[in-house]
Amino acid sequence: MLEQLIFGKLTLDAIPYQNPIIMGAGAFMALCALAVIGALFYFKRWTWLWKEWLTSVDHKKIGIMYIIFAGVMLLRGFSDAIMMRTQQAIAVSPHLGYLPPEHYDQVFTAHGVIMIFFMAMAFVFGLVNIIVPEQIGARDVAYPYLNSLSFWLTVAGGSLVFISLVVGDFAATGWLAYPPLSELAYSPGVGVDYYLWALTLSGIGTLIGGINIFVTIIKMRCPGMTLMKMPLFTWSVLCSMILVIVSFPILNATLGMLFLDRFFGMHFFTADFGGNAMMYVNLIWSWGHPEVYILVLPAFGIYSEIVATFCKKTLFGYTAMVWATVAITFLSFTVWLHHFFTMGAGADVNAAFGIATMIISVPTGVKIFNWLATMYRGRITFATPMMWTIAFLITFSIGGMTGVLMSVPAIDFQVHNSVFLIAHFHNTIIGGVAFGLFAGYTYWFPKMFGFKLNETLGKFAFWFWVVGFYLAFMPLYLLGFMGMTRRLDHYSAATGWHPYLVVAMIGAFSIFIGIIFQIVQLLVSIKNRKQNMDTTGDPWDGRTLEWSIPSPPPFYNFAIEPTVDARDPFWAEKQKRKQPGYVAVKPHYTDIHMPRNTAAGFIAGMFAAVFGFAMAWDMPLIAAITGIGVLACLITRTFNFNTDYYVTAAEVEKTEAAIASGVR
Amino acid sequence: MTTDTLAHHHHHDSSSKVIFGFWIFILTDFIVFATLFAAYAVLHNNTYGGLGIKDIVDLPYVLGQSLIFLTSSLSYGLAVVALKKGELKRVMQWLVVTFILGLTFVGLEYTEFAKIVQNGHSWQSSAFFSSFFTLVGLHGVHVVIGLLWMAIVMIQLTMQKITPTMQTRLACLGLFWDFLNIIWVFIFSIVYLMGAI
Repeated sequence: MLEQLIFGKLTLDAIPYQNPIIMGAGAFMALCALAVIGALFYFKRWTWLWKEWLTSVDHKKIGIMYIIFAGVMLLRGFSDAIMMRTQQAIAVSPHLGYLPPEHYDQVFTAHGVIMIFFMAMAFVFGLVNIIVPEQIGARDVAYPYLNSLSFWLTVAGGSLVFISLVVGDFAATGWLAYPPLSELAYSPGVGVDYYLWALTLSGIGTLIGGINIFVTIIKMRCPGMTLMKMPLFTWSVLCSMILVIVSFPILNATLGMLFLDRFFGMHFFTADFGGNAMMYVNLIWSWGHPEVYILVLPAFGIYSEIVATFCKKTLFGYTAMVWATVAITFLSFTVWLHHFFTMGAGADVNAAFGIATMIISVPTGVKIFNWLATMYRGRITFATPMMWTIAFLITFSIGGMTGVLMSVPAIDFQVHNSVFLIAHFHNTIIGGVAFGLFAGYTYWFPKMFGFKLNETLGKFAFWFWVVGFYLAFMPLYLLGFMGMTRRLDHYSAATGWHPYLVVAMIGAFSIFIGIIFQIVQLLVSIKNRKQNMDTTGDPWDGRTLEWSIPSPPPFYNFAIEPTVDARDPFWAEKQKRKQPGYVAVKPHYTDIHMPRNTAAGFIAGMFAAVFGFAMAWDMPLIAAITGIGVLACLITRTFNFNTDYYVTAAEVEKTEAAIASGVR
Repeated sequence: MTTDTLAHHHHHDSSSKVIFGFWIFILTDFIVFATLFAAYAVLHNNTYGGLGIKDIVDLPYVLGQSLIFLTSSLSYGLAVVALKKGELKRVMQWLVVTFILGLTFVGLEYTEFAKIVQNGHSWQSSAFFSSFFTLVGLHGVHVVIGLLWMAIVMIQLTMQKITPTMQTRLACLGLFWDFLNIIWVFIFSIVYLMGAI
């Protein structure tokens, strides 16, 4: 009885000893964790870790933690990808490959979940956290403590996915867990429960984060920065956060209903008792379609900043760009049904959604031409961020066009759920989102850490990624036309697919080499940071406010709140400084109001992670304790009325002088 | 600028940020309910041969429940009026009244649910019952959270007296309470009233 209360369904059998791949991965994870813990002991860095990072509410540090988390998740998600590519390259009859079907199904589910929720979303939120306050002349986000809570909830969700690898199993349902397959009757294991709690926790974190950034942009812009003077990255993030605010509640409610089905035996989506599985598909995609724009709009913003900076020109068509972004924001809620034209909604409904889908390509096309027009007659510097941008322009255009192709319902009926679709959305997500994130990472890296990344290694990574991408996904378009459906773990040689899948696997390995180059680039850049120091705070001759402060910025970002009267405020300021007779005004520092660090977000997040685990395994006692723990954390925090403090003008002056003289 | 005016300036600023953000949060919660309303609209006829909404609705009972809950919004409003006048004791009195009315509402809802379950039905009986219990029950859970919050705010008011921070918190709780009233008006109209006809 007590055992039941504590351990629930969990027994030692939940650990798959007999599976060498999983145990190997588990051992590798344990080894990495031990190495990190050992290093922390060796260098005596525990207090530093706790005070400077885990309990930090500084938006820049939270942003960096988001990006580190996204990087770890990229490695995990990519291992899944390469496993699938090798499986499909060898599992041609009579061979069955090395992955048994039940494992293969978990691999493709985990790949999708990790790449979207924990890699792309976390990476986007990382860059947004670091850059948006700096671009609008703010000292932090609107709610610094909630920012920390958002991050740790995301980590809690991600850690559940990691734990599911070695304890029990993950969902084998595909990344959106369509019912009735994901219902208790057909997925009795803990996989879907892990999935639900991972996504619920991180979903709540994302929702709070979305509100936080939205309020930051609306309420905390520096004097003079009207909406139409905001940098385009900030504009695209504003629109993306509106999408988060409107769509994530739908995701949370929908997953909540699936949880009620599984946990309380309800019948929202079951196959019997009047449940309606198609309702789930409608609801999940009315979150899911905006979600792709939540990811790609910030990437569009990154490209806009990079194109202007590396072409030494004001962005072409700022106003058109803003309105195109707003139009995409609105339209993204009107197209969700194109994900299931084959449901049988009828010709009229399908036609309406097909046309709405085609219309989205108009504002997107506007953007592409604006970027091209900015490049036209610009003095282009082919630095790595600019190269990612050019690769994006070409790749995303191809992906966009195959999307328009599939928006025709009659064509969609032919390629629905085929690998043509897989090729299409990887074409837009890798070519649009991932390239954008890598571009932004390289572009803003000196701002985050004070030194640039190694350009040569960055270009090697770039070429292996881009060539690898084309090798991996162009064959999938052809395979889609040849009738290959998605999620196959083996197939007959008579299909003639095998050579194409071998090419795709070679592409995946090329991307793998690209990722290795990215890791090497990071390590080499850290080692040689003295040679790549960014002492001016403006390594690329930038245009927006984040380049007007030191790299890395002091914790309060701006010693003096900037006032803005132009669209590229820092560029305008630099032109002013170049004019003869320019006299710099002696800075007059005032007290700065800053938030205190807090452990509440971190502790609540850790409790939430154990709570999710306990709920997945039906452990009533532990779930109750940790659930109360989360609540207690949040409530205790409201009794703390001493949450912020003042940095005196004298301290600010001292810090600024130290930065100016190069001492830190 | 002296430290005093600076602090005042800051509080004013932070209060407007908090209240604005809370409005946005309310919007997201509206969307959660919108999703459940949509689910109810899709599933309310899927009774799987069991009882439907017509068979379980007791309109006078729910009307009484509604009036009690709407009155709690009024009493909360009166607490805010007292807050504006700076009368701490009055604020506490009206908050206690609101708390009791809210608790009564939850009790009545619990009794209604218990009656349905006693008659041998549950959220497992059919898709209709699932969506009914979830929609109405989620509102009930929100009210319970509101009550917990109200209790905490009352404790903090006795500790802190009327400060700008406490005024902001009471403003947010007020928004939340009114939001729950609006949701209840929708539940009353769409679930009970349209169900009874």
